[in-house]
Amino acid sequence: MSLPKLEELSQSVWQGPSLSTGAIPTKEWMDTPVTFKPGGYAYPAKKEKLEYLDSQPGLNFPFARIWSPEEDDWLLPDNWKDIILKGLAERLDKFRSLKIFMDCCVRCGACADKCHFFLGTGDPRNMPVMRAELLRSVYRGEFTLAGKILGRLAGGRKMTVGVLKEWFMYAYQCTECRRCSIFCPYGIDTAEITIILRELLYSVGIGINWVIEPVSNSTKTGNHMGLQPLPFRDNIAFLAEDVENLTGVKLDVSFNRKGAEILFVTPSADAFAEPGIYTCMGYLLLFNALGLDYTWSTYASEGGNFGLFTNNEAMKALNGKMYAEAERLGVKYILGGECGHMWRVVHQYMDTMNGKTPANMEVPVSPITGTVFNNAASTKVVHITEFTADLIKHNKLNFDTSRNSHVRATWHDSCNPARAMGIIEEPRYVLDHVVDKWWEMPENTIREQTFCCGSGTGLNTDEIMELRMRSGLPRANAVKHVVDQHAVNTLACICAIDRATLTSLVDYWTPGVTVCGLTELVANALVQKGENRVDMPEGLRTMV
Amino acid sequence: MKYSFSFLVVIALALIAGVGSQIPGMGYFFGVVIPYLAFAIFLGGIIWRIVYWAKSPVPFSIQTTRGQMKSLDFIKHSRTGAPDTNAEVVGRMALEVLTFRPLFYNTKSELREGPKITYESSKWLWLFAIVFHYSFLVILLRHLRLFLDPVPVWIGWIEFWDGLLQIGAPTWYITDVTLLLAVVLLFSRRLVNRHVRYLSLMNDYFPLVLLFSIALSGILMRYMLRSDIVNIKELLVGLVTLHPVINGHIGAIFYIHLTFISALLVCFPFSKLMHAGGVFLSPTLNMRNNTRAVRHINPWNDPNIKPHSYADYEDDFRESMIDNGIPVEKGLPPKDEPAEAGAEKKAEE
Repeated sequence: MSLPKLEELSQSVWQGPSLSTGAIPTKEWMDTPVTFKPGGYAYPAKKEKLEYLDSQPGLNFPFARIWSPEEDDWLLPDNWKDIILKGLAERLDKFRSLKIFMDCCVRCGACADKCHFFLGTGDPRNMPVMRAELLRSVYRGEFTLAGKILGRLAGGRKMTVGVLKEWFMYAYQCTECRRCSIFCPYGIDTAEITIILRELLYSVGIGINWVIEPVSNSTKTGNHMGLQPLPFRDNIAFLAEDVENLTGVKLDVSFNRKGAEILFVTPSADAFAEPGIYTCMGYLLLFNALGLDYTWSTYASEGGNFGLFTNNEAMKALNGKMYAEAERLGVKYILGGECGHMWRVVHQYMDTMNGKTPANMEVPVSPITGTVFNNAASTKVVHITEFTADLIKHNKLNFDTSRNSHVRATWHDSCNPARAMGIIEEPRYVLDHVVDKWWEMPENTIREQTFCCGSGTGLNTDEIMELRMRSGLPRANAVKHVVDQHAVNTLACICAIDRATLTSLVDYWTPGVTVCGLTELVANALVQKGENRVDMPEGLRTMV
Repeated sequence: MKYSFSFLVVIALALIAGVGSQIPGMGYFFGVVIPYLAFAIFLGGIIWRIVYWAKSPVPFSIQTTRGQMKSLDFIKHSRTGAPDTNAEVVGRMALEVLTFRPLFYNTKSELREGPKITYESSKWLWLFAIVFHYSFLVILLRHLRLFLDPVPVWIGWIEFWDGLLQIGAPTWYITDVTLLLAVVLLFSRRLVNRHVRYLSLMNDYFPLVLLFSIALSGILMRYMLRSDIVNIKELLVGLVTLHPVINGHIGAIFYIHLTFISALLVCFPFSKLMHAGGVFLSPTLNMRNNTRAVRHINPWNDPNIKPHSYADYEDDFRESMIDNGIPVEKGLPPKDEPAEAGAEKKAEE
């Protein structure tokens, strides 16, 4: 499906009949089956990718097959219903969160208009409470006494193929950004609901390829794109060369080096795709200026973890590489690059799933400032922004902010760092020091209330571009506000998915805005010893 | 259908209790048997529900942060937004539970021409909810007068403040009015707000209708159809001391009130009303955001799930790694001496 023209989509968003614009559907949602049309769904997971993952020890990705959401028959296994209901029962036993979130919602509706998917599509089933009701109704109908007796009167229904299709549609119109959760009086987290829905769907072989292929690639080669050791190294070496040409400083970059103090892990997108590569050049330049004793790994070459978007087993297996590699190389700790969901996993899951940390790892200490990162004492992974903020506080970095004079920046808080970690002030502190001035977006769209790019959790795929532009509208709208008010031309963030997806988003809704990582701006402004810079009117983006 | 059913149930309950209790000999059934049964179901149900919740572990630490985490010394930590210690968690929970913080920050989004999305503060839900809950609490505490003998002195203080406006005789309690008003407003909101209207279930209307009926019947009893308070107190004190007696006549309105309350008690453990307990167990709210500093344990963590190993990875790519000077653990199979030497060489670039 091609993307509608800006005028058409704009018109449709604010005037089209939808629950966002004031039209209340006359039919109840339980009586409205979902239909799949081209452009309305992400392509199903490829059979061979699922088969490969299913063959991995400890992982379970059964019923790989070729199927299409547009067909009536999804070629489900005969006992699919049994699998789903058993799977749900099992997860109720494993996750207290699921039980609480199933039982406690009062449908106050506070979350309803907090979801970027709802605001952009006006589809009632994109209200977070409704997304949960898709599952909750089955929970009532199949697991609770009242629901079994009163059925629909008590909001219960039975598990059917139609319900399963509905789950598939709406579990992939949620980016697990958790914005609704902070507005919920009980902290009900739709991310949990979506995670469970996706896990259940994978148990009957239903998933999307934009998630499964990266998971499969990460398993085999270590990173999403399936870059083998050599191309991975060469890409980074190439970026290092660019930095050398721009700054006249020779960089020392190593790979899989035993005995390094620090292992650096960042999303692989930073190594090969614009605009992430400029952030990557920023890391290289910064670490070199510090004389940091660090190494890259071609094996643990992916910070991102799309396992989070499939099931917790796959998440654990992918995440395990970081500690395995830290142990093999004998590093003291891990420094993590700019990434959103990577940090959800590192902050909230990593130590639980794959701890305790290898014996060679130590409580992280900045080799430059001596600061002990007690907040990472157990997991032993430090966020690059914490690391940089600490350097700045100790006057270890010398900046010339005029080198960023081409930048009029605003700051995008990425969902996971903001709401699943709480790294909100550090990037602002860093930004304050590397540019002369920058502007905040409206208060209801930043910090813990930040809006998602609209394409996280594996939805960054071209076939659903209209959906992505719709779901990203609230973010784009806030960007447009500061573009109009303050002539902002740069949207800075600490998330690799953001760097990719916000670029498409602002190109569509508010063209002329550049998306960049924070470390790119840091490196732009950084004054190094012995540098011999060419004129860099666009910072690291300057073509030599 | 969704709300008419709720009204029908309540009317039926009122008729059954109102007429039934006035049949000679049935007072005991409506005044003693039903309340006891309801309370037993309430208590048993709540215990069952909490045990049911508690049986499931909290495998991952999934707190939602609504503020700055504790990190570097010079970065101001939001202690109640991203609590790091148990005391801070208590602080956060107090704000969430006692002040309904998320609702206080509620916003209303509107799509306007452009499209332009606007957000404005919307505190109605917060106001209705907080008025409802605190009125309910005060009324509950005032009702202890009917169960306790002698009446504790602090109940008198509550009554004094609650009746401060000194309107009417007997003096109208502020909370009687605010409770009724809040329930009406919460109900109206379900009809008026388009989002909520679309997603509301019978499960949402029924408790409101029931609460309204409880409040209304209570108000009627106190201010208009005055029942014999001495006999009522005797019965209620008897109920809590497990020696219930009914002496003399008690008006139908009391039995209706009591039956409504019994219905609420029966519904409570099996409905959304359990949010009252669930909020304390919500893992996004009640966990510390110190997960990188202190390891959270998952009881069902499966040690058999391991990453695709480095050894397997190197097996797949060894030759290319060696050829290009990427360090490896194992050399190529014998007779590849030169490559073996290359393996020990470090990456150059």
